[in-house]
Amino acid sequence: MDTAIFFIQVLNSVQYGLLLFLVASGLTLIFGIMGIINLAHGSFYMIGAYLAFSLTGLIGDFWLALAAGVVVAVLIGLALEWLVIRFLYDRDHLYQVLLTYGLILIFEECRSLLWGDDVHGVPVPPALDFSIPLTENLSYQVFRVAMSAICLALAAGMYWLIQKTRLGMMIRAGSVNREMVQSLGINIGLLYRVVFALGVALAAFAGMLGSPVSSVFPGMGNQVLIVSFVVVVIGGIGSVKGALVAALAIGFADTFGKVLLPQIAGMVVYLLMAAILLWRPQGIFGKA
Amino acid sequence: MSELLVEATGLHTYYGSSHVLRGVDLRIGCGESIGLMGRNGMGKTTLLRTIIGLVRSREGRVRIRGRDATREAAHRIARMGVAYVPEGRGIFPNLSVHENLIMAARPGSEGRRDWTLERVLETFPRLAERMRHGGGQLSGGEQQMLTIGRALMTNPELLILDEATEGLAPKIAREIWTIVRKVRESGIATVIVDKNFAAVNSITDRNLILVKGEVVYEGPAAELRERPDVHQRYLGV
Repeated sequence: MDTAIFFIQVLNSVQYGLLLFLVASGLTLIFGIMGIINLAHGSFYMIGAYLAFSLTGLIGDFWLALAAGVVVAVLIGLALEWLVIRFLYDRDHLYQVLLTYGLILIFEECRSLLWGDDVHGVPVPPALDFSIPLTENLSYQVFRVAMSAICLALAAGMYWLIQKTRLGMMIRAGSVNREMVQSLGINIGLLYRVVFALGVALAAFAGMLGSPVSSVFPGMGNQVLIVSFVVVVIGGIGSVKGALVAALAIGFADTFGKVLLPQIAGMVVYLLMAAILLWRPQGIFGKA
Repeated sequence: MSELLVEATGLHTYYGSSHVLRGVDLRIGCGESIGLMGRNGMGKTTLLRTIIGLVRSREGRVRIRGRDATREAAHRIARMGVAYVPEGRGIFPNLSVHENLIMAARPGSEGRRDWTLERVLETFPRLAERMRHGGGQLSGGEQQMLTIGRALMTNPELLILDEATEGLAPKIAREIWTIVRKVRESGIATVIVDKNFAAVNSITDRNLILVKGEVVYEGPAAELRERPDVHQRYLGV
């Protein structure tokens, strides 16, 4: 492999990994803090992509559409937590799986009613729709670089929120002792609603941000859901740091798997998961 | 008695089918210190958890400063000025000592800001040395100080201490008692549950003894000291 191609694959790996991180971090937060297995998490990624498609068409500007889409996603998250999810906290995982699986079906049906079953595309924002030449005949699209930069900024923002703010302290405290948090005068119901909405917004944001480089199509959430669960399991359930490391590992494994081992490309990610779980059954940053 | 802070009347609380509290009354005046005594399994913790809203009573009322708090959420009751230091401490091991202290800091229900981080660290100099440590790295005594310090950061009107010296070395336990005395002198009402009846009695104004979910004895601290019969009958010491 020559250096330019290698470099491009590294950039692709990072970009895919970081986008995956946005989806998986929400999943791991919701599972680690609230104890909810949310199968509908991939649907939020899909909803994001369709929102980007519609809102970009409506508003005309991708970035404004992104901002509006985040607002919509937060509202969906708040409403969904209030309507459905809050009844699941004290229930067995089986109920959570059944109910959130039901949500997938509902979201897919709504998607079909609202947008139909065609494949759509979102145009790359014109300001970033050019490429940096790497060699005479290889170049890399600037929008993809911007995507990675935005994901990194969001990851840094999440680190700050969780590690440095009082809200983050309450969130971390809530993951170990719900009753004690309440007895300190903190409204845990509201805290959970905020965390859930944050997770929904992150997944939807990833769907929106990724929409110009992938197409917008039915069932796109399910693919992402499975890989995101792989990320959460590898990284250690509940660990945002673990999700970042695992998402990048998956990004590299998937991208380079397709280049170096095309015959088994579909398996590489799962082989990696199996290997890591053999080494650390609780995941890289998971607690035993 | 001074103004009434907490007034619980006729509390009946069940765990499933077991009838744990059988009509308990408890009145706590502002700044008053009350010892809640009784052998294990007599309903002391259940009574405390009912008052702070973590367990619901089937019958009876809880009023805090005259406001009905019987069906209030636990976080609302905490915001009315009731702080709880649970048995087994309840620190957050995944947060640093500093984070444990500041996460719930707020002015009291009457807007009081007496307890700041500085004052808590003055009261617990051991914690000041361990600010960057994880809560889980502390010794048992330090964890207990952290829980009490964290409760004080909410500027409460009432501090409930459930088995605060459980499992601590006598020297550390004495340190805790000194601090509880200081808290009491600062005008915060306290409810103390502890196996060391003599220590409790030396701090409190009044004591209650629970037997099988009922109050069987209630009287001023001075009285209990001269009633070995009560000790023997209800506390087994």
